[in-house]
This record gives sequence, structure tokens and C-alpha cells, in this order.
Amino acid sequence: MDRYDAIIIGGGHNGLVNGAYLARGGLKTLILERRHLVGGAAITEELRPGFSFTTFSYALSLLRPQIIHELELPRHGFLPLLMSTRFAPGADGDHLLFTRDHDENLREIIRHSPHDADAYEQYGHDLDRVCQAIKPLLDMAPPDIFSDDPEELVALASLGSRLRSLDRRTLHNAVRLLTGSAADFVDDYFDSELLKGWLASSSIIGSKVGPRSQGSGLVLLFHSLGEHDGEFGTWAFHKGGNGGFTQVLARAAQAFGAEIRLEAPVERVLTRDGEATGVALADGTEIAADVVVSALDPRRTFLELVDPRELPDDLVEDIRRLKFQGVSSKVNFALDGLPAHPELGARADIYRGFVNIGPSIDYLERAYDAAKYGRYSEEPYIDCAIQSTIDPDMAPPGRHVLSCFVQYTPYRLREGDWDIEREPMADRVQATLERFFPGFGDLVLQREVQTPLDIERTLGLSEGNIFAGEFLAPQMFFFRPAPGWSQYRTPLAGYYQCGSGTHPGGCVMGAPGRNAAHQILKDRGTPIG
Amino acid sequence: MIRTTPFHPRTSALNETGLWQHWSGHLAASRYQSSDKLEYFAVRNAAGIFDTSPLYKYRIAGRDAERFLSGMLARDIRQCPPGHAHYTTWLDERGFVLEDGVIQHRSVGEYLLTSAEPNFAWFADRVGRMAVSVEEVSLGIGALAVQGPRSRDLLARLVPDTAALPFFGITTGSIGGRPVTVSRTGYTGDLGYEVWVETPDALAVWDALWDALDGRGVLPYGMAALYMLRIEAGLMLLGVDFDSSRFAFNDAHRSTPLELGWRWMFKGLAEDDRPFIGRRALEREIAERTSRWNMVGLVVDWQDYDRVYSAAGLIPPKDHRPIHEDWMVYDDERRRVGYAASTMYSPVLQRHVALARVRPDLGRPGTRLFLEFTVDHHYEQVAAHVARLPLYNPQRKTA
Ligand SMILES: Cc1cc2nc3c(=O)[nH]c(=O)nc-3n(C[C@H](O)[C@H](O)[C@H](O)COP(=O)(O)OP(=O)(O)OC[C@H]3O[C@@H](n4cnc5c(N)ncnc54)[C@H](O)[C@@H]3O)c2cc1C
Repeated sequence: MDRYDAIIIGGGHNGLVNGAYLARGGLKTLILERRHLVGGAAITEELRPGFSFTTFSYALSLLRPQIIHELELPRHGFLPLLMSTRFAPGADGDHLLFTRDHDENLREIIRHSPHDADAYEQYGHDLDRVCQAIKPLLDMAPPDIFSDDPEELVALASLGSRLRSLDRRTLHNAVRLLTGSAADFVDDYFDSELLKGWLASSSIIGSKVGPRSQGSGLVLLFHSLGEHDGEFGTWAFHKGGNGGFTQVLARAAQAFGAEIRLEAPVERVLTRDGEATGVALADGTEIAADVVVSALDPRRTFLELVDPRELPDDLVEDIRRLKFQGVSSKVNFALDGLPAHPELGARADIYRGFVNIGPSIDYLERAYDAAKYGRYSEEPYIDCAIQSTIDPDMAPPGRHVLSCFVQYTPYRLREGDWDIEREPMADRVQATLERFFPGFGDLVLQREVQTPLDIERTLGLSEGNIFAGEFLAPQMFFFRPAPGWSQYRTPLAGYYQCGSGTHPGGCVMGAPGRNAAHQILKDRGTPIG
Repeated sequence: MIRTTPFHPRTSALNETGLWQHWSGHLAASRYQSSDKLEYFAVRNAAGIFDTSPLYKYRIAGRDAERFLSGMLARDIRQCPPGHAHYTTWLDERGFVLEDGVIQHRSVGEYLLTSAEPNFAWFADRVGRMAVSVEEVSLGIGALAVQGPRSRDLLARLVPDTAALPFFGITTGSIGGRPVTVSRTGYTGDLGYEVWVETPDALAVWDALWDALDGRGVLPYGMAALYMLRIEAGLMLLGVDFDSSRFAFNDAHRSTPLELGWRWMFKGLAEDDRPFIGRRALEREIAERTSRWNMVGLVVDWQDYDRVYSAAGLIPPKDHRPIHEDWMVYDDERRRVGYAASTMYSPVLQRHVALARVRPDLGRPGTRLFLEFTVDHHYEQVAAHVARLPLYNPQRKTA
């Protein structure tokens, strides 16, 4: 039997990060991926010659900067490309267009509301302060509040003193965001419906909440915790899409000595006397290892890869209660040219970043209403990105790829199922785009649709939840994925978890993979330097 | 009155910002749209086009041109056959650098020298009785740099010989029906070319070139992006990283070519018997190891950098805009051992980097040093390590 120090199940970005760190820490490491390519939700596929589609995830921001340095990613081709504009079309040709010139942007806001210009600065500053306070929590295992271990008590105390060191306003803003709704939060600053809709759009990503739901503030805050070259809350397109990024990670992991095996689905984790001893592949191959790490979501980690009977009842129950409720789809297009905006035309510069179809809080909330009753939105929220304007290698000259992240498309439809509703849903997306960019339909060369069901089938993300477990307060930090099990360990010795279902959560962030590697190496007595 | 370049009617139509700066008496776009960093990425990821016409250009020709230049230039011009170019330098008798520039050997006995500052008198006054003419052709020739990974394929569609052109090779062809010279040179440290045209042909060439580039991920880039690119490329900027010895008041403002990291230019020095200005001083400097400095790259330790800002309650800035100021460099015992004159945050390297002069014994890659700058109006010293130049050196540059 082959034998490794560590086996990672799942070659998504967290599995790759985890494997790279373990290899870097000196462990003989094997990463097992079920599919023919690594990357999981962060892949790029050439579905039409010359057109590269970011099948699922499409932009980068939350990636922890330490990972870039510690894994020496620039040596392996890490190249996050700046998005130079952001565009929010409104009704009837109205729009907000932001460039990299801050003062120009303030003028653009004033066009809609004189009040909102300095309010926008205040909003940005307040949000930056909260992010600055919270970010360090992303890089550690949450302290175990249920433990009497002195080390845990110290960690808890230092968390408390960190909170106490915050100024009142920042702490209050943090609580407003963590517990309240995004609509209430942005209402406190702004008048312009278009601006509010734009800002509140990041409060619903991947989550079954509307901007007026309590808890949407948390989602907004989470999406603000990223950075691009030190600029908080800013996003980039990686060269070659997010799949380009995971290829970089794979090269880095291999450079540290990790082995990657493709088309190697793991059937189950082998255990003996409450201890993991290796894995069995679907084809029956058994591979031995001291450490087995699941980079899959918590349902797979606790209910499928191991026999739930080997686990404490309350843990099994907590995992069963975990909310997934995927509501997001992708509709990706190959285009014959750039869409034309009624006012601005087909100017390339308006598309060098996200294009946000979410022109008001009402629009977003109405889109959400459908999801509450098991329907997909008539007029969905769409986060568009024409990545070929930033990375021309993604499409032939004059042609483009358009990635559309779509909500709401609930995993469980009240009527019909996704195999029937897939194309009709994509038709709604296309009709919505047609409304904002008349003539859009004529540009479409090809369309790819990924519903929550497809996401679940292809990636194994339960119910198609893009974060491997929703961003709800009772599913975060101490409680992610379950109370008492937020430190990447499991009740089975040698069996660990490092997927997006662990702290801090989903997004192409790498933090779960990195934090888990720290924990594993610490438990083995060889902490990362 | 400030002049405009032969391409100005086109570049001014593209410049959305109204931002221009003065370069050698010409208007030069600072950036064309709101983000200099976008233009920078166009060069690193696709291609960019840059109007480099304001350079000084001298045609040096005649039966004795090679002999003349081999006495004037410190790098051995005899190793530069027709169809090739050299990055070169010229020195004073004390072995200090007057300037650097690129010289093209266009045809037997005919050269085109470019430089950042006027040098006509320096060359023309030293012709003596040799059969050489030195001609000021700065305004007669326009130049466009096309730089970046896509530059070869795009240019080869217009000038087929570009496809096989070696690093620092030159060739001729036509664009838009007008004759052009293409050299595989540039100031970005990337795969790239420069297209040289007669001024009256400039707009016709631009139009044909732009037609071939537009919509293919190519952006015009301005001075701001250029200054980023050249730091990563480890290319010195006159007036920032060094000064001309000619107009210096003291030796602190003078540099030898070895001090600027150009030792590679003199690999064959022992075998070549060429007398050139500064030779004896250069030989003495090599033999007696009297260089005062070693030009190196510095890469700032990211943890230490974050530490000083976080301690001050600040978000650590990662500003890509180059800083052209002297920042002091210290050794482990916090003794001053040099200074950095060009500093920036490099997006491709994801680090703060600098071009720095350090004591010659501290030039080994990996040597730990400290860079000093201010945080909240206090001096802070942050760990950095020495790195070989160029800091960014993609294979495609020379491949
Ligand atoms: C449609 C969509 C859009 C998104 N957009 C963004 C975005 O723009 N930016 C962003 O930051 N985040 C985005 N996200 C979220 C982000 O992509 C994910 O949170 C993240 O990529 C998950 O990474 P992971 O490594 O934890 O898991 P995954 O990427 O899900 O990786 C799990 C891997 O395990 C493999 N696997 C499954 N079962 C087995 C088995 N039995 N044996 C072996 N291997 C197995 C799977 O094939 C997969 O490769 C998006 C997600 C989706 C779905």
C-alpha cells in the first residue's frame, strides 16, 4: 500500500493551499481530486475554441495576502489583474460609472445626489475600519469557547481585549453589520437608490437573504474583507480567470513537493479505533496516511466520507441542521462583441470591471421574494464581468466572454426541477440583460448554464451552496461548521477538515486551507515558521 | 514653447485625462485614462504602445564610424554587427558615467545613437580628422515602443522579420506603406520592440499600426506606467538613479559603470585593446576594487512592512506609483550602508521593491538590510533583502 504523511481529499483551492503548506512543512503529501482538473469551484474552461469561461467563480479579492508570499505564488505566475472601472446601469439609461480616479467618482455620485458624495467617503472609511478590526480573525482558528484548556482561555481573552481596544463607533458598526440588514446599513448613509442598490448587492451574494433581511449585513461585510494590492474591498481578475489562479496554486504545491492525483475520487476515509489511517478510492485502491484532510463541504466530511456512527450524535445532528440552500447560478456567454449601453454605447472602458445589475434595493428584494416561495427571479440580480476586456487572452480579438453570476435561483424549486428549468432560467437572465443592453441577444454566440443542481453535481457542493455552508451568524466563527469543531479537527484523530465549510468560510480565500495546515503541523509538533 | 511629438495628433485624441508632462521639451502623456496601473498591466499581460519620440537621436556615420565609436563608447561597439543594437555608456576620463543609451548599427558604418539628454557636442567635438559625421536627427525621427507579451505576434503581422528578431536585433520593413526600422529594444524589461520612422511618415505609420493593435488588448501607456515598468526591469533613470558626471559638482553625484551594475558590458575588456575614454580609470577600478557602490534590487520583507503600519493603526499602503527620493539603507547593525533612489510596490512581484546602491561587500543576493522611510512622520526601518537585477525578468524578454 502507498503511504503518505498526509492525504488531502479534494483539489479545490483550499485543498491545494492546505497541501502546499503541509508539503512546505515537510510532510509527504498527496492531494486527491475527483475530476480531471484541480481548482474545484475556481476553474477556467475553454468551452469554445479561443473562449475561456470561468465556469463558476470568477474574481479574486479575499485571498489572504500571506498565502501569496508564503507559498511564493508570484514565482508560479500569480497575476491578479486590476479592474479599472465599475459600472452600475440603472433604469432608462441612468448609470453610475466609477473609474480609478476617486474625485471623478465623487462627481459621478453628486450627479445622482450631492448628499451622497461625502457620505460615500464616510461609508468607505467606516467599512475599512471594521475590516481592519476583523481581518486578523480570518487567519486563526477560532478559540474554543467550550474548552477549559488554558491555551484556549488565553486566546479567548486576547479576542476580548481586541474587541475592547476598538473605538465605540467601529465596534458599533461591526455589530450593525454582523447582525443587521444591509439595506438598513446603507440607508444610514445614502439617498440615491441606484447607489444603495449597488452597494447592497454584495450583501446577497451566495446567500438566501435579501438586502432587507437581518443577516445580509454580515454577507456584505464578508465580501468587503478582501483586498487587491492593499486596497480594501477591491477585486481583481486573475490572469486566465480563477482557474488560472488555481493552476498557480497547483504549481506552487508541486514545487513544495506535494503530489496531485487527478480522477481519483475518494470513497471513504479508513479508520481504526477512532483514528484515521488512510483513504479508499472509488476504484478500491487504499492509500495509507497519518493525516487525512477533507477539503470537501461539512456534509461530505462528516456524513459521507466517514460513517456518522463513528461520530458523536450532537455533531452529526449539528451537521444535518447546517443550512446550505444554494440560490446562485452562473450563466456564461461567448459574445460576438461588446454590449451597447443606451447612453454610453459599446465603450470598452465601461466594462473593465464588474457590471452590476441591481439598480435598487427594491429590485434586489423583489428578486429575493421569488426565492422565498421556491421560484427563480423574474428579473434576477446579475453580477456581470467581461473578463476579456482585462485579460484579452480569454477571447479572440473583437470577441468577448461574459460571466454572469445570477440570483436568485433556489436549489429547491417548488415547481419543476432544474433539469427542466435550466434554459428557461437562462432565458430570464438574457432577457434582463437585453433590457439593460438593447441588442444583447444578437451578440450571443454560446451560452453555458450552471444551476445550483449543476454546481452540486459537478463540484459536490451540497445544494449548490457556493460557500459550502451559508453565511449565517450561527454558522460562522466558533460555530463553523459546528459548535466545538471550528478548529479544523474532527472527533477522529488524524482526520481534519479544511474546506470552505470551516472558518472563515467560502470564497477564494485560502484561509481555511492555511489555518488547517497550521493546526495540523502544530498538532504534529512542527508548527509553520 | 513646449513641442509636441510627430504622433501628437493621435496620442492627444487618446488621452482622456488631459494629463501631460514635459519630457525633453516635448509633451508626453502621463497616462491616457484614469489608471496608470491598467496601462502597466497591458504591457505585462498583453501589449502597450508608447510614444518615445522625445529621445535625443544622433546619426553617426562614415568610413571611420566604428573606430570613432569604439573610442567614445565604453562597451565594445565592434561586437555590434549591422542589424544589431547595443545598450551602452560613455565615460569621462576618470571613468565616471556621462550617460547611457542605445545605439543601433543600421548598416555598415551607419549608427543611430539615442540618449536622454543632449550629447551632440560631446561626440561631434571629438571627431577630429576621422571620416565621421555626427548629425542631430532628433526631430527627424519619431519612435514608438510596442512592448509586452503580445508585441511580437502583433508586429510580425506588419513586419514579418520581427518574428525572428533576436533580443537587441534590428530590422527594416514597412508599415502603412512607409519605411520603418524595428529594433527589439525597450525600457520595460519585457518582450518588446521599438518602431522608428521618419517624421513625415509618423501619422501614416501610427494609423496602420493602431489598426493592427486596436481591439487586441493593446493600450497606449504613459510616463507613469513607464516609470513602474523600468524599476521592475532594473533600468536606470538619469537624474534619479544616477547623474551625468559632466555636470556634477562633486563625486557624490558621479557613478562609474561598475557602480551602476554594468560590469557585464566589459566582459571582453582584457582581450580588447581598444583605447576608449575612461578605459584606464575603469581598469584601475576593476584591479583595485575601488568601486564605492553596488547597484542592487531590494525586496522589502512583507511581514516587517505590515508590522510598522499595523503598529501605527494604519492599513499598510501598497502604492504602485514610484517614489524617486533617496531612502537610506542600513545594515544589521543599523549602520548606513547605502540608499535607494527608486522605490515602488510592484504588482507582479507583490512586494515593495527598490533600486538601491549599497556598499560593494553587501551586494550578495539574500543579504539582509533595512530600508528607512517615514510612517506617521517618524523614521522606521524595515527589513529587506538584496535581490539580483532585474527584479522582474520574464523569459519571453530574450526568448
Ligand atoms: C458559481 C460560483 C461562483 C463563485 N464566485 C466566486 C468569486 O467570484 N470569488 C470568490 O472569491 N468566490 C467565489 N465563489 C466561492 C468560491 O469559489 C468557493 O467558496 C471556493 O472556490 C471553494 O473552494 P474549496 O476548495 O473550499 O472547495 P471546492 O472548490 O468545492 O473544491 C472541492 C474539490 O473537491 C473535489 N471533490 C469532491 N468530492 C471528492 C471526492 N470524493 N474525492 C476527491 N475529490 C473530491 C471537487 O471536485 C472539488 O475540486 C463562487 C462559487 C461558485 C460555486
